[in-house]
Amino acid sequence: MKMERPQARSLPKAPTGIHGLDEITGGGLPRGRPTLVCGGPGCGKTLLAAEFLIRGATQFDEPGAFITFEETGEELAQNVRSLGFDLDRLVEEQKIALDYVRVERSEIAETGEYDLEGLFLRLGLAIDSVGAKRIVLDTIESLFGGFDNQAVLRSELRRLFRYLKDRGVTAVITGERGDKSYTRQGLEEYVSDCVILLDHRVTEQVSTRRMRIVKYRGTTHGTNEYPFLIDEEGFSVLPMTGLQLDHEVSNERVSSGVPALDAMLDGKGYYRGSSVLISGTAGTGKTSLAAHFAQESARRGERCLYLAFEESPQQLMRNMRTIGVDLEPHVKKGALRLHSARPSLHGLEMHLVQIHKMVSEFKPAAVVIDPISNFIDNSTAIEAQAMLLRLVDFLKAKQVTAVFTHLTGGGNALEATDIGISSLIDTWLLLRDIEVGTARSKGLYVLKSRGMPHAREIREFVVTRRGIELKQVTGKAGKGKRKK
Amino acid sequence: MTPNGTAGEKWNLRLYTAGQSPKSLAALDNLKRMCEQHLAGRYTIEVVDLLKNPRLAKDDQIVAIPTLVRKLPEPLRRIVGDLSDTERALVGMQLKQQK
Repeated sequence: MKMERPQARSLPKAPTGIHGLDEITGGGLPRGRPTLVCGGPGCGKTLLAAEFLIRGATQFDEPGAFITFEETGEELAQNVRSLGFDLDRLVEEQKIALDYVRVERSEIAETGEYDLEGLFLRLGLAIDSVGAKRIVLDTIESLFGGFDNQAVLRSELRRLFRYLKDRGVTAVITGERGDKSYTRQGLEEYVSDCVILLDHRVTEQVSTRRMRIVKYRGTTHGTNEYPFLIDEEGFSVLPMTGLQLDHEVSNERVSSGVPALDAMLDGKGYYRGSSVLISGTAGTGKTSLAAHFAQESARRGERCLYLAFEESPQQLMRNMRTIGVDLEPHVKKGALRLHSARPSLHGLEMHLVQIHKMVSEFKPAAVVIDPISNFIDNSTAIEAQAMLLRLVDFLKAKQVTAVFTHLTGGGNALEATDIGISSLIDTWLLLRDIEVGTARSKGLYVLKSRGMPHAREIREFVVTRRGIELKQVTGKAGKGKRKK
Repeated sequence: MTPNGTAGEKWNLRLYTAGQSPKSLAALDNLKRMCEQHLAGRYTIEVVDLLKNPRLAKDDQIVAIPTLVRKLPEPLRRIVGDLSDTERALVGMQLKQQK
């Protein structure tokens, strides 16, 4: 075992262009060296390798060679087409060279000594034909099925990896997960620089894909499992940031969309980039309050992403229109994006990946998640807390103001937004039913709001056709904040 | 020993090599010897040097070197190695039944 000096010098890296992967690897795969990508059947090895190559050719001006041992060129082209990549065209444009190496034991009789020089010549041909800087071998283990002489194979494999390094190509080698080792044929023995493990699990009918960097020489990397998605745009990996509390902090304030509430918050509203939690029992106006904020953001010309997990965009727009919050024009203008999904559709982490991806693409200044309760209810407390932590962290790092709504149970549990997310939240608003004499009314109060003096009283409010209106404070509870 | 195949049949063999490597040279020697012994007068051997024409490695699906391909008589057979194991080579070429 060798110990590397940590970060002695950073290795040159080849960016993958894959959402999230470059972040967790600190810039990509080791340039000019082989990386092993392994995992069970259907875990996405081939697609990851293909995307690495295709993005290299299209985004980084690094042509690539794809050597496939399992699929014919057409099969491969078809597979990557599902990710929105046109492999045929790249081959035509000479940005990617493709070679299908067929090895079938039934066709081959062995009589004496041989080597795999033919394979080397083909690799050389593929590399030279397009000036490849990247190469994929998917999956070289198939050779073991085609030839008997293991000793020859192993020494040739060693020679192969040396050859790839000599050629200076950044290589991705895929391998099928073995019982006791990362790959069936112990390919990790030959790849010393970077090993990535992919995993596909289904628990309670919810599938989760995860990625782990098992080894990355000379680079500090997270040893966590990172969830990832494969969708029509390829891979997205959810990078978990170091969870350090070193975000940039803004002194800027943004309106909640309800002037009277802004007044309760030191007269200025939320801090930009802070996390706001609106919790309350059913029907207390959480969505209405969140929608005010979304509308106000869009009105200021700032993009807002509204994730609705209980209502469709149409229903949300209709309902909000009845309280004077018209979201539609902002949606049409593109300042507001409404996205609905059922929380149970994916696992917690998949949602997180998706949110992550949407935020990275849309680049909103504000995000509303309405409600966050469903996630919490569908998972264990630890998972939920971990997810929220990651979400809050991610949004903060991007200086995105986040508003979460949370449905609490009735009775005394009001303040017990259980999962210990309190510490993650900067401003916490509580909505509740209050009984005044024989009438029921709604009350709002600021449970906490970091970094500002805020009102302490419970304010009664009504939801009218013109939106949320806070009533004047009566009696002794007022502390004069209302005058601003 | 009776060759497997009718007497008048033409044998068309192609040997893929990479330059003048010892394995390639050994394969050619072994092949010539076997042919003279079993197929005298009715065989052709074509040697393809893939170093000179690597494209053919791709086109003809060659991975190992040396590889011998029996093109005729059909069906096509592939035999890898320097053919030093005469017994297996003859079986592989179907010049001899497997014992």
